[in-house]
Order: sequence, then C-alpha cells, then structure tokens
Amino acid sequence: MTGPIVSARGVGKQYFLGRGPRGVTSLRESLTDIVRAPLRRLRDATGTSGDSFWALRDVTFDVAKGDVVGLIGRNGAGKSTLLKVLSRITDPTEGRIEMRGRSASLLEVGTGFHPELTGRENVYLNGTILGMRKREIDRKFDEIVAFSEVERFIDTPVKRYSSGMYVRLAFGVAAHLDPEILIVDEVLAVGDAEFQKKCLTKMSDVAHEGRTVLFVSHNMAAVRAICSSAIHLAQGRVLAQGQVAPIVEEYVKRSVGTAAASLTFPPRPDKPQFTNIALRSTTTEYGGFVDVDITLRAPTNSSAAIEIEIHDSRGIPLAYVSTAPMGKTFVSMTANEDRHVSVRLGPLPLATGQYDLYFWLARPWAEEYHVTRTPLSFEVVHSDPSESGFEFRQSYGRGAITVPMEYSVR
Amino acid sequence: MRPEIRDRPDGAFFLINTALNNESNSASLASASTDPGRDRAPAREVVDQKTLPGTVPSDDTLFVIEPRTGSMALDFREIWHYRDLLYFLTWREISLRYKQTFLGVLWAIIQPVMTVAVFTVFLGRLAKMPSDGVPYPVFNYLGLLPWMYFSNAVTRSTSSLVNSSALISKVYFPRVLIPLSGTLSALADFAIAFVVLVVLMLFYHIIPAASTLFLVPLVMLTALAALGAGMWLSAVNVKFRDVTHALPFLMQVWMYATPVVYPTSIVPERWRWVFALNPLTGIIDGYRAATLGRPLDWQTLAVSTLATFVMLAFGVRRFSKMEREFADIV
Repeated sequence: MTGPIVSARGVGKQYFLGRGPRGVTSLRESLTDIVRAPLRRLRDATGTSGDSFWALRDVTFDVAKGDVVGLIGRNGAGKSTLLKVLSRITDPTEGRIEMRGRSASLLEVGTGFHPELTGRENVYLNGTILGMRKREIDRKFDEIVAFSEVERFIDTPVKRYSSGMYVRLAFGVAAHLDPEILIVDEVLAVGDAEFQKKCLTKMSDVAHEGRTVLFVSHNMAAVRAICSSAIHLAQGRVLAQGQVAPIVEEYVKRSVGTAAASLTFPPRPDKPQFTNIALRSTTTEYGGFVDVDITLRAPTNSSAAIEIEIHDSRGIPLAYVSTAPMGKTFVSMTANEDRHVSVRLGPLPLATGQYDLYFWLARPWAEEYHVTRTPLSFEVVHSDPSESGFEFRQSYGRGAITVPMEYSVR
Repeated sequence: MRPEIRDRPDGAFFLINTALNNESNSASLASASTDPGRDRAPAREVVDQKTLPGTVPSDDTLFVIEPRTGSMALDFREIWHYRDLLYFLTWREISLRYKQTFLGVLWAIIQPVMTVAVFTVFLGRLAKMPSDGVPYPVFNYLGLLPWMYFSNAVTRSTSSLVNSSALISKVYFPRVLIPLSGTLSALADFAIAFVVLVVLMLFYHIIPAASTLFLVPLVMLTALAALGAGMWLSAVNVKFRDVTHALPFLMQVWMYATPVVYPTSIVPERWRWVFALNPLTGIIDGYRAATLGRPLDWQTLAVSTLATFVMLAFGVRRFSKMEREFADIV
C-alpha cells in the first residue's frame, strides 16, 4: 500500500462564542430564523459573526500506514478538537481529511456503559456503539471477558463492580476493536499498574499488526516509547511533524522556560521586606532548575535570611532551603536601597506535576519580617528519572521526590 | 459512567519498556495477537459498502471528512450498517424502563387503565360524551392506545438526544438512531397496553373484527408520525431546553385536538378536513373502524397519512440540518 492512510489538508474548526450565525442565543430569534430561512442563509454566506475563535487552523499532515503517531501539545492546543474532527464527532469548518480504512476512536473508556446493565449487556452495547457488529462481539466475547478478568461477575450489574473491574471491562471491549485506524485519547490512563502493562502490550500488538494509531498524550515518556512519529500542535496549528525524539525534545524545551511569574509587594515603613519575587520560568523538568530573582528593601540597615519552602500540589511541604541554614550568614540591606538576590533551586528530583513556592524573609528562630501568603507556582512537565520510559507523576500518589538508589543482589 | 473514572485529571499511564515484551501475559492476549488476519473479515465488509469506485483500490475504504453544507438526506446505508446498535439502544431503553420500580412492567398496564377509568367517569358518565354506540371505555381506549403510544414515543425521543449527550460528544454513529430507538422502544409498552384492549373488549362482549389486521399498517403509520415529531423536537431540544418544559403542555393540547375522548362525528362536517390535517385524527379513526369492523373514512385517513409524511419529511430535514452541531452544543 502506498500513499498516506490519513491525509489532512487545511483543516480548520471555528467555534462561535455567544451570538452569531451559528450561535443563535434566543429562541425567538431562532424561530424567526426558521421562518425566514432564506435570509438566514444569506447571513451565513456573508460570514458575519460575533466572537469566534479557531480551535484548529490550517492543519495539514499525512500519516503513513502502520505509523503510531503521537499528537502532542499543551492544553488548548487543539488536540482534542482534532481528535473529534478525525472521529467525525464534529465537522470541520474548512479543509478535508481523507482516511483509507475503517477507523475507530476511543475518546473515553466505557462510553455508553450503563450502571444498571450487567457486564455482558454492557459489552454488547458498548461494542456496537464503538462500531462493532453483534456477531463480531459474539466471536470475541470470551476473549474480552478473559482479558478483563471479570468472568465471575459478567452477569452482575456493573454498578456493583469495583472501579477497577469497570475500567478493565470497558478497556477490554475497546482493545478488541479491529480498525485499520485507531484514534486514542489518553484513555489508557486508567486502572492499576498491572492492568496498564496489559493494555500497553495490547497497544503495541495493535501497532505490530500494521494498524495505524493516532495517539494523544501529555505523557512524553509514553509517546517516546510507543510512537513512531509525532505531531506537535500549538494554538490550533501544526508546529512540527516527524521523528519522535526531536519533536518531543522541542515540545519539552518550549514548555520549559515560557511563562514567567512574579509577586510584587508595596513598600512598608517598618520592617525589611520583599518588594518583588520573580520566577524566570514557571516550567522545568526532572533534574532541571528554577531560577528566582528576588528584590529586597529595608527601612534601616539590616540583614536577614531568605527561606524558601517547596510544597506539592496538595500543599504538603516537600523541601526547605535557606540562605542561612545555620542562622549565621544573612543577606545585608542598606536603608531604602534595593538589594537584588538571584536564587537557583535545583537540580530538582521532582515528579511531573505542579509545585508551590513560599518565601520567608526572617532571622530564623528570632523574627519573621515578611512571609508570602500566596505562592508562586511552577510545573515539572516531564520526569523520567531512570530514563526507562516511566513517567514519574505526582498524581500517582507515590510521592513527589526520588532519591538516588544503589542496590546489590546476593 | 462513573464520575471517578471520567474525572480523573491525568491518570497513571505506567509505561515500562520491559512490559512490551513481557511473557507473563495471559493466554488470551497471546492468542489475540498471534492471528491478526482472522478478525479482519468484518472490516472488509464495511469497506465494500463504502467504496467509492475508481478512487481507491477495491479493498480500501475512503472516508472523506469535510464541512457539510445544505441539508442532507439520511444515509440509509450507514444506518443499516449500525442496525445492531439500533437494536441494543432500543433494547436498553426497554430493559431500563421499569428497573428499580416496585410494580415494574405493570406500569405499562396501570397507566392506560387509570387514564381510561378517569375519562370514563368524568366524560363518559358525567358529561355523557357520545361514543358512536360503543361502550365508552372501549371507545375511549381505542383512541388512548395509539395516542399514548404516540405521546410516549414523542416524549422519549425528545429527551433522548439530550440524555445521550455523553455518547454524542464521545463517539460517532448516525445520530438518528437515538430518537429512532426512543420511538421503537415505546412499542413495547404499546404491545402490553394492547393486551388490555383485548381484555376490555372481551369484557364488553365485543369480538374484534377481521379487519383488526389493518392495525398493522396503522401502527407503523403512528410510529412514523411519532418519529417525525420526535426527530424535530429532539433536535430543537438540544439547543433550547425550552422544549422539555413546553412538551407536556403541547401533548395535552394535541390530545384534545385529536378525537381521543370524543368521536369525530361531533365535529361539524365542514371542519373535518382541518381535523384530518392532524395525523393522529385519521390514525385513531382508523383504529376504531378497523377494530370494530366499521366502514373506514378513507378520505380522512388519506389526508392524515399525507400529513404524517409531510411531518416526517420536515422532521428528517430539520434533524439532519442540525445534526452536525449536536456535539458542539449538547
């Protein structure tokens, strides 16, 4: 087979916010529109609109048969919209996509599952929703049930299932779809570790059988491990397409060191204080650094220590650092003159996720001059400490820090 | 769908290289992967249905995704391909209908029986409503049977799209299957209510005429009328939930505009044709004439049939025009 199996040309999707030809807001207006249909079409044609934005614009790419393509991009880059257009859930506003082969999309695990129905009934319902025929399901039913490990409960309503069983059954159905083109959102991100290994094996089987997979993920480790090429979307446009490694690298680089953040405080007459605390970048990766520029000011000549706490996204303190760990050396300030201090935190052994920084200006154990109540946040966008393709995330609930480990086996 | 699964912000995606060639996976998994060719056949079947001759090799499908403009007819080939889904959606509606109720399917009997009892007491006994020489309960029930089906089917169809928003925004299939399954599932209640009709007629010593068989096309006509109204209302309901609130009132007014509790004979002759524009008028007259073995008013039935098809065409047209926006606004 030659030529691309999926080929998109100039695909765009426009959404209307509020009023506009496609976003009529009042029933009365709509009723008159129905009566005056010709007039409405005229207005449609002139393309006048209220607020609108393009979730996708000018998206052009080709996917070769047998490719496993990772679609990456930050939130709001248009990944989900592109998936919906590719899955025919919503129409593009412009452009054209050609797909050569049966496609199936998995934007969610267990679409259409009904809690009152039994496992068996849900398998059939969900399977047909995903585009399978009944006898196709008949044929694969035992396989699906075995894969999901819910044999004993297959005739029990799924509302009695544990959430793990529920997800396994739902994924079991999805895993037995046999499309030529599989479109997958980050739906694999469910279930326990053991089951995920199984899902992954299944995914790689699908890829080895020469199927084409379009895979949306925030998980760079997963993209690196299973994708053969990648598409980087930003602000609704294709930024880059091609080999995985350089694109993921570029994505991480772009994510790291973009937005800055800062806190500013009005001058106070009585005590030494922070006037400005700024992060040069709000994103970093495992082993990376966070640079903080701090400006201090004091009404009289004085000295103090800068202390910083790193909290995880649940607000649990993870780390404490200070310019004066022993309480001996302080930063000195001249009366009413700005003092600039640059702080570099790192290398950070942190998991993927968000972190908050709190700052103290104090003489430790003696007097607190200034405590910041609102945190400055930064994000670790990628964390793969062992470089094994394992994305270490805060959200796993297994901690936010790794430490070096050596071991010997006897 | 359970919220704890859907709302999981960025769940775990453990990926360990060794997992990719892990040998400890179950036998079923291994068998699933060793024989890729076996499961290919059904895919090819779809392919053939959709192939555009001359554009691609014969064993390939070409799906084109582009902006759709203008109004489109229903794609019957596609609906046919998804017939199993229609079956399961309808079956789901039916089997969930009376789940978690104490009386269960008895409700399909209680509702029409109580309704006919109320009408018999207030209209038959107290208001002395004429009933074409048939005991009022039988007369009334012959109107209520198709009416309740129609009303049930329209009500279910109307809410069906909004109730299926999770499906609509997550997966593609012909959207028309949703209101269609609402219309079809209401037939189950109709069948149960029909048993009540037989019991009622036997109670009054009325033997159904041979022409009762004519009910078969009449039931189909009722379903088409319900589908037409249901498709339009369900599509509008996606955008304006006002429909949900207006529907009970609309149905009540519609019932009194239909000869359910009164006979067509009390309508002045010169207004009959206006009445016949209501699809349900001809249908209900037909139910009564067929079951009681009386002469059928072909003229009224013809006008009502025509009105049914106009309503259906309108419903289909509006539905397919609004269909492509469902996922964006539902």
